[in-house]
Amino acid sequence: MLYREAGQFRSTYAEDQQIFPIRQDRIAMAALLVVAFVAVPLFGDQYWLSAILTPFLILALAALGLNILTGYAGQLSLGTAAFMGIGAFMAYNAMLRVPHMPILGGFIVGGLSAAAVGIVFGLPSLRIKGFYLAVATLACQFFVLWALNRVGWFSNYSSSGVISAQQIQLFGYPIVTPEAKYLLTLGVVVVMALAAKNLMRSETGRAFMAVRDMDVAASVIGIPMMKTKLLAFAISSFYCGVAGALYAYTYLGTVEPEAFTLDLSFRVLFMIIIGGVGSILGSFLGAAFITLFPIFLNLASKWLEHALGIEMSHAVVSNTEAMIFGALIILFLIVEPNGLARLWQITKEKLRLWPFPH
Amino acid sequence: MTFFLEVVIGGLLAGVMYALVALGFVLIYKASGVFNFAQGAMVFFAALTFVSLMERGWNIWLALAVTLAAMVLLGILTERIVLRPLINQPPITLFMATIGLTFVLEGLSQLLWGSQPHGLELGIPDVPIEWLSEKWNMNISQFDLFAAFVAGVLVAVLALLFQKTRIGRALRAVADDHQAALAVGIPLQHIWAIVWATAGFVALVAGVMWGVRNGVQYALTFVALKALPVLILGGFESIAGAIIGGLIIGASEKVAEVYLGPYVGGGIESWFAYVVALLFLLVRPEGLFGEKHIDRV
Amino acid sequence: MLLSVEGVSLAFGGVRALNGVSFDVREHEVRAIIGPNGAGKSSMLNVVNGVYHPQAGTIRFRGREFRDMHPHEAASLGIARTFQNIALFKGMTVLDNVMTGRNLKMRCNFLQQAIWIGGARREELEHRRAAEQIIDFLEIQHVRKTPVGRLPYGLQKRVELARALAAEPTLLLLDEPMAGMNLEEKQDMCRFILDVNDHFGTTIVLIEHDMGVVMDISNRVVVLDYGRKIADGTPDAVRSDQKVIDAYLGVAHA
Repeated sequence: MLYREAGQFRSTYAEDQQIFPIRQDRIAMAALLVVAFVAVPLFGDQYWLSAILTPFLILALAALGLNILTGYAGQLSLGTAAFMGIGAFMAYNAMLRVPHMPILGGFIVGGLSAAAVGIVFGLPSLRIKGFYLAVATLACQFFVLWALNRVGWFSNYSSSGVISAQQIQLFGYPIVTPEAKYLLTLGVVVVMALAAKNLMRSETGRAFMAVRDMDVAASVIGIPMMKTKLLAFAISSFYCGVAGALYAYTYLGTVEPEAFTLDLSFRVLFMIIIGGVGSILGSFLGAAFITLFPIFLNLASKWLEHALGIEMSHAVVSNTEAMIFGALIILFLIVEPNGLARLWQITKEKLRLWPFPH
Repeated sequence: MTFFLEVVIGGLLAGVMYALVALGFVLIYKASGVFNFAQGAMVFFAALTFVSLMERGWNIWLALAVTLAAMVLLGILTERIVLRPLINQPPITLFMATIGLTFVLEGLSQLLWGSQPHGLELGIPDVPIEWLSEKWNMNISQFDLFAAFVAGVLVAVLALLFQKTRIGRALRAVADDHQAALAVGIPLQHIWAIVWATAGFVALVAGVMWGVRNGVQYALTFVALKALPVLILGGFESIAGAIIGGLIIGASEKVAEVYLGPYVGGGIESWFAYVVALLFLLVRPEGLFGEKHIDRV
Repeated sequence: MLLSVEGVSLAFGGVRALNGVSFDVREHEVRAIIGPNGAGKSSMLNVVNGVYHPQAGTIRFRGREFRDMHPHEAASLGIARTFQNIALFKGMTVLDNVMTGRNLKMRCNFLQQAIWIGGARREELEHRRAAEQIIDFLEIQHVRKTPVGRLPYGLQKRVELARALAAEPTLLLLDEPMAGMNLEEKQDMCRFILDVNDHFGTTIVLIEHDMGVVMDISNRVVVLDYGRKIADGTPDAVRSDQKVIDAYLGVAHA
């Protein structure tokens, strides 16, 4: 009843081509943006802002990057965290060594550096596919982590290996409070998500999907294999690089290689599997799920402890969490390989008819 | 010169250990076309269960038997819960399902047995063979040699199984084409259960060997990741390839660490094997013994 | 003379797929390639298209000579094709598939596309218009937003044709466009092929097993057998050629 499209005709291709062709969707999106940009920082709890919403946004950006490469272009990558690490470290070095470098510039430097490395490690994709490519990206993950650790230049020859991210400011306004960090992150993520959506609904997105679905056929109709695959790696790594820089500057506050291990790569991969491969919305849904789930689990275990009067050690909770994640991955792959995004789509389709059955 | 030999032989023997883990991968891939990312977690689970039972005072053979039974049960459950619903899905889906399985197994292992590291003793000490070190000044561990021997026996048995028996033929048919195998009456689910159980057994052997060498701890799961470059070199479908790939990776990794490592700050072992595999992939994507992949339009 | 195949020989290891095959294709004509299975027909198309590189012989297209062409070079020269076992992008909708056919005509780079407003949007709409015209032409409007994997076989073949046409090709290579179709679908497909030839002036080379179709719609026919050309001429001439009857057509038993 609420979600009816009756009366909404799209009489030009322009109207059909919109990101949100249905009016209710546009209204909902606008409302969401208003809430995110205005209501949350005004009324939001500081803990939620700094420990939940900000990392959710950052990981959603990383998931977006991985989705572009693995979901849209079909190139499996296990090296997401490595690209994030490069982004973080290069942003740090840019801010450190280039006088008057603005923070957004630092992010861009981080992203571009990650993109460059992405292209190098993406070269094997021209000859290998599937899990072989995954192993190549593992090589990237381990090598980059080793390099960030051993090559002193990255951490400015610091002896402890853990460096603090510098204080940042945007147009003279210091970014120190959780609200400020959240808003900066939100701004960057919204802009980049919009850019990603535009890219994926244009020829680039179609070329990526063509390469994913049948690369020989794509070549036959004129899509250049090498350029397309390398572009996918470059754009994806750029997104992961910026996410990594954000991770260091607006969340962790430090720049350290140990924040970007294989474990993080897997987390981001889980986000896109659960959220939905090949979907921008899916990246956000998956990131939300994986960010919120441990909190939910913690609350549930606390409640169980109270209700049953037992003590549950941290180890028990975290191991259970791992098991449930793994089980969820398997469940989603069996039941809905297109993840939460598809479930959302199905819900919307049902809503269009509600309250009628068909 | 003897030092170089020592390093190489040490590397070769380490490589044998990698090959042990890789064997599990090859088995499952050969028989079901699934790349089982969870092999490392299976090794960890087997080792942890075995060592925990031993520490509770169980007799070694009983502990082995019970652990083996657990691995077989694990294999059957995996087939029933994970594989059966995913028949005929693209390989990448199955691969991601095994990633999920990895997490389940790792969580389960530590939930059941805790997360402290355990030492493991099998009665064969990890000390240099006396007459070798005395006569030629080379240090080669007794245990490493024992592990190599065990691996050799295992490989021989598996190779025989695949080549000569009826079950082996069925396994090969299943690996090629699930539906075709079903069509000729091969009981797919039984075969898969057998395969995963066998892989579980191999994981147990690997787990025990690695457990003695490095102790039974969470890091054991990363050993499995090391098996990936081995598989790339050897080809995913070849038992011989797993051994030879393991030897090459083991030896080259050790040599690189000892001779190149000092120039670049050490720690090469974390990535060297992968880079070797990567370079190899560019030259010969199907591995030394693998089958060429043909794309038809 | 639009396309000229001269002395092409192609071998895979020990298997000779093509053996000194030569024929030509005139502009605007409909040329059929027929022959028993394994005669090398698909291989011939693959050579013209650049998917396979012949060991001997050349391809002359619009006056230029090739032997080692890459498929996407062929596409940029104006050669489009469809495949025997439908090479559509199963994860995309019909509209998206047809739009991929326009890729060579799109000029905007990825940065412009990311910004969208301005050049990229205009280009996208312009090509959408062109794609919709082809969708109209092939009567697949009702399924334009359906993922291609869900369509019945006959419709998928039509979508593949639409994608090939979207590139506005000079030469269209069709590999068994009617395989697996019933009579009605075949008639529709014939009509479309003839319309394409009429309206757009596209030169068509098609591989086909249905002799009725071949006789009806083609101007000239090439017959291949075991990698060699055994006949070349109008449909009537080829039909009564003894060599062709022996190798392929057979004789009707009364």
